[in-house]
Amino acid sequence: MLEVIIISSIKVLTVVIVVLTCCAYSTLLERKLVAYMQHRLGPIYAGPWGLLQPIADAIKLMFKEDLVPDRVERTLYTLAPILSFVPSLLVFAVVPFSSDFTLFGYDVTGVISDLNIGVLWVFMITGFGVYGVVLAGWSSGSKWSLLGGIRSSAQMISYELSYGLSIVGVILLANTLSMTEIVGQQDSIFSWYIFRQPLGFILFFTCAVAETNRAPFDMAEAESELVGGYHTEYSSMRFASFFVGEYANMLAASAVAATLFLGGWQGPLLPPIVWMMLKVFFGMFIFIWLRGTLPRFRYDQLMNFGWKVLFPLALLNTMVTGLIVMLTNGTN
Amino acid sequence: MFEDFYPILFLVALATFLGVALTVMSIILGRRTKLGKKFDPYECGMEPVGTTKDPVPVHFFMIAISFILFDLEVIFLLPWAVVARDLGWFGFGAISIFVVIILVGYVYELGRGALTWE
Repeated sequence: MLEVIIISSIKVLTVVIVVLTCCAYSTLLERKLVAYMQHRLGPIYAGPWGLLQPIADAIKLMFKEDLVPDRVERTLYTLAPILSFVPSLLVFAVVPFSSDFTLFGYDVTGVISDLNIGVLWVFMITGFGVYGVVLAGWSSGSKWSLLGGIRSSAQMISYELSYGLSIVGVILLANTLSMTEIVGQQDSIFSWYIFRQPLGFILFFTCAVAETNRAPFDMAEAESELVGGYHTEYSSMRFASFFVGEYANMLAASAVAATLFLGGWQGPLLPPIVWMMLKVFFGMFIFIWLRGTLPRFRYDQLMNFGWKVLFPLALLNTMVTGLIVMLTNGTN
Repeated sequence: MFEDFYPILFLVALATFLGVALTVMSIILGRRTKLGKKFDPYECGMEPVGTTKDPVPVHFFMIAISFILFDLEVIFLLPWAVVARDLGWFGFGAISIFVVIILVGYVYELGRGALTWE
């Protein structure tokens, strides 16, 4: 009992610290990559290759004035950044980051908690993300915030449908909702679910980009028309909470994509944790690449795309996969 | 049971603590001055006009209601997906009928233009 408490507490702490560090350095990665895509250098002054830039940013944000405008609804205004930061960390509770290993004579599982409803947990927590956005937009008392909040909440719930539907195919093939078992089934590269669910993977990643409010679906913070979107009126660490939440959500979406479609920590030669990191940062690279490459959607195009293209495709993918599962080994 | 949910409880507590700590940190550490009009809502340098408690276009509510309907459908598809092999063709037939019923609603919404934006 005590052993379980101590081991899992240390594991949770480690995962949270690693995730937050990855968030900080994802901002640097993004600035560097986008800079190189635009023939610029990006951050170079804080440390070699700008490696200390995230720390400098954090310190700067901490000592900025925490400005609360007069027209805000105080309670919800305070609650919104917390609500958008907390769920982004909770997704990692069920993501297997390594195989089981032994450390200092103790057997440690490679996941914080192997829930048998892991996939359901992921989508439950992802669904929470919309609260932070809509509350921030509504409580700020500014028109830009309100427009950004309403727009992106409608966008997030629209894409959440296809987000949920796109993984039903994987579950049909895997016969389980446990993330650990799903990784266990993908033990050779050709059994990765991306090869049996290519459409599912594309749908999943498209919806993940829309869910995390990233370009080309970044209606929430369309700078040229909405100033800062739902976090226009936030400053200091409250603003940073939204920012860290966004990057943690991207990391979480990459980690879930890696787990469900790319074999999780499975891979030859290198240790499992390294494979997991490689796959997660491959996902992050795609996120940043899309931002550096694609122009922003118009809002009507975005909503029509979500409801009239992605949703029918995801439903079709589910039913065709179901039919194939039935035809191959359904009768028993 | 305990091994499954204790880590999650701890993670929820830790994440909540961190979230609150960030807000508290900004309240404690930041320098504050009370100057001029900076407590007005941001409106690109203009005097703020009107309120933000105006009615929201009904279209957003239509989207929200449609979302609840179709998201429930996804929730019903998930348990079927887990036991699809055990249920066999009977389960597939049942879920097909369910999906067709939902599709009828979807086509109706499309036809009425509830999902179209101008």
